[in-house]
Amino acid sequence: MPSENAARAPADAPARAAKDNREKFLERAMSRHNYSGDALIEVLHTAQELYGHLTPELLRTIAAKLRLPPSHVLGVATFYHFFSLEPKGEHSFIVCLGTACYVKGALGLLATLERRCAKAGSTSPDGRVSVDSARCIGACGLAPAIIRNGEIVGRLSAAQLDAELDGIGVP
Amino acid sequence: MSVNTLSIDGKMVTGTTGETVFDVAWNNGVRIPRLCHVGGVSDVGACRLCLVEVEGQSRLVASCRTAVQEGMVVRTDTPRLQAHRRLIVELLFAERNHVCAVCVQNGNCELQDLAASLGVDHVRLRYRYPKLPVDTSHERFGIDHNRCVLCTRCIRVCDEVEGAHTWDLRGRGTHALLIADFGDPWGQSESCTSCGKCVQVCPTGALFTKGKSVAEMQKDRRFLKYIVTAREKHEWIR
Repeated sequence: MPSENAARAPADAPARAAKDNREKFLERAMSRHNYSGDALIEVLHTAQELYGHLTPELLRTIAAKLRLPPSHVLGVATFYHFFSLEPKGEHSFIVCLGTACYVKGALGLLATLERRCAKAGSTSPDGRVSVDSARCIGACGLAPAIIRNGEIVGRLSAAQLDAELDGIGVP
Repeated sequence: MSVNTLSIDGKMVTGTTGETVFDVAWNNGVRIPRLCHVGGVSDVGACRLCLVEVEGQSRLVASCRTAVQEGMVVRTDTPRLQAHRRLIVELLFAERNHVCAVCVQNGNCELQDLAASLGVDHVRLRYRYPKLPVDTSHERFGIDHNRCVLCTRCIRVCDEVEGAHTWDLRGRGTHALLIADFGDPWGQSESCTSCGKCVQVCPTGALFTKGKSVAEMQKDRRFLKYIVTAREKHEWIR
């Protein structure tokens, strides 16, 4: 009934507006590429950035809109490390394991993160911290380097990393 | 279309431009081993068993993805190639759980035949024994991931011949797994037409018809030639 809908609308309006916005951004990304199947990776990038991870519903929508086979879309989404099918933690730490960082003790940093938070490639059970490793992030001059929430932090010692984790309240 | 003359294992043969070394060799009775190639479907060069030596190139090339060239000198069965092929087959055996004694495909298996022809009587590598699922949710067929060699024949035949693209690979490396649609059980797949083409092209017992017991599965690939020829020659268009 129209009157009932009108009365209910204000209560969940802000949440819905934010949700609609993300859908709109994703829609825009797809239309910018003319809904071409070749743009799958770009569209998945946008979806990953907007939502933080790729849900089955998102993959379903993208596959339908780009007119691609479902298995192909899931295949691409699981092939690249950049895409995640599970929600990421509030904070993300990516440890570079390239040669220079490795020599400078990156394994120690990774061990600290794995001991206090989660195994590489996973998120801590409380959903606070995601840990991952990378081959080389191209910041060899800053070895050992990590990427903390998208920003490179160089010449990091295990003690500094411990302090950092204390700072964000990791037990 | 120009004709190229080349030498394969010392034999002078001809191939038209665009033909692969693999096809020309087979047309001339030189049987290069293969696992991911299946006639009538595109080639991907995934199994690396059809590697050959080309004079003047230090690298080995996958013959199914190499076009013939005038004056090429190709060798298909040198000790170096035999050693590589043996290792590839051993790696395949060590990667998943291939137990011929309980397999529906025992006696008709391409992997088994390949191992026998290469003289693989034992595997020098440590087996990985991964824990892999068996999906028998489909009404007529089943898939046993333990026997899958990831040749992707099923994916290509489903996409190119049937046009459904139900299958694809998820993940990479040791985590790679054949999936139907969004990784749902095969029986719940919306795109699958239950045509069974994937089952017939599968080189091992990974894809099988339900109700078959040990060594009872036989695969029939005649339909492929029939469909592909009809399509190429437009036999179905009046």
